Amino acid sequence: MERVPILKIGDILLVSIQLDMSDQTAVALQEDLAERIVATGCHGVIIDITALDIVDSFVGRMLSTIASISKVLDAETVVVGMRPAVAITLVELGLSLNGIRTALNVERGMELIAAARADELDYQLDDDPDAETATP
Amino acid sequence: MALSAEESGRLAALLGGHAEQVTQRWTEIVAGSLRGRLSQAELRRQVQDLHSAIVTTSKQGVIDLSAENAAELRAALSELSRGRARQGFSATETAISIFALKEVLAGLAEEAGGATALRDYVAFSNLVDELGLFTFESFVRTRESLIADQAEQLLELSTPVVKLWEGVVAVPLVGTLDSARAQVVMERLLQTLVDTGSPYAIIDITGVPAVDTQVAQHILKTVVAARLMGADCIISGIRPQIAQTIVALGIEFGDIATKATLADALRHVLRLNGVETARRQPRRDV
Repeated sequence: MERVPILKIGDILLVSIQLDMSDQTAVALQEDLAERIVATGCHGVIIDITALDIVDSFVGRMLSTIASISKVLDAETVVVGMRPAVAITLVELGLSLNGIRTALNVERGMELIAAARADELDYQLDDDPDAETATP
Repeated sequence: MALSAEESGRLAALLGGHAEQVTQRWTEIVAGSLRGRLSQAELRRQVQDLHSAIVTTSKQGVIDLSAENAAELRAALSELSRGRARQGFSATETAISIFALKEVLAGLAEEAGGATALRDYVAFSNLVDELGLFTFESFVRTRESLIADQAEQLLELSTPVVKLWEGVVAVPLVGTLDSARAQVVMERLLQTLVDTGSPYAIIDITGVPAVDTQVAQHILKTVVAARLMGADCIISGIRPQIAQTIVALGIEFGDIATKATLADALRHVLRLNGVETARRQPRRDV
């Protein structure tokens, strides 16, 4: 069975989907990704779908599942490189890929994850003084 | 409607015999109706072409406009009506160019006299009617193809995607937005987003005369598609009346940013990008 390669770049895992997804490859990808997130401690996942001509409800659900799994493991998921034709088809079908963040290309995706990560750290640092003022 | 061999023989004799007189009279009548918008020389040439086409066809025996041997006549008629349609003449002015032949024939028939003259005139007259209808049809065809061409050109011209800033593109929509145009706009915008790698797009609807639920639907679809690709859309150029219509129709733009002017939208995007756009005091010379 073919497997989708998962590459580690800094604090980010990059998944580039280059083949037609079947049930088996989807499940394998989910398992592999979950393992890699835990093993590497990465906080961002980028899924590159530039090579996909067709994104149907099956692929859409797979992306949603991956995003949910990553979220549980404290990693932000960004889907990048969706083609215009694919986006138009998804809109016409009424599929909206809820809960998935998107970016135009891998570079923008990495910026997005870095920005989200920075916000989160700021927020955690800001947390303590807020708590003190809230409960005097 | 077709003329019999005998009748067309007489028609050929009648028109061919008085060629100079016929074209002269014909040109005069048509020139009167066109009120000098076409030069005498050109008109004369057109009439001569038609005259010779009719004579040639009628010499070959039975005249039937749909038959093989009337190809030359049909070509001459189409040529005339195409020219008239392109030069902006009205349908009546085009048809009169043919129907003027009736008046000429009436004059000739009166001169000739005789028992068969009246019957011949009626038959000739029917033929001229047929020629007139054919002219009218090709006139309409030419006009329709002109309209189709223009609609296509309009579609091509009126949907530019312009780059406003690094990473910011804008689509100034002008004119009514129907499904076909919305599709073209959507495709072009999304393709530009990919090509330029711009994360922000501004859709400016200043030039859209009216926004109904259908137009709003098209705009919303474009915005959602752009979001799926990872770009953010801002809608700008909403005029006061349009804003009232949108609220009255109950159209929800949800969390899509809307701005009154393109300038506001650009400032909004620049602020999101972290570019400072401070309003400076204008410098005054002392």
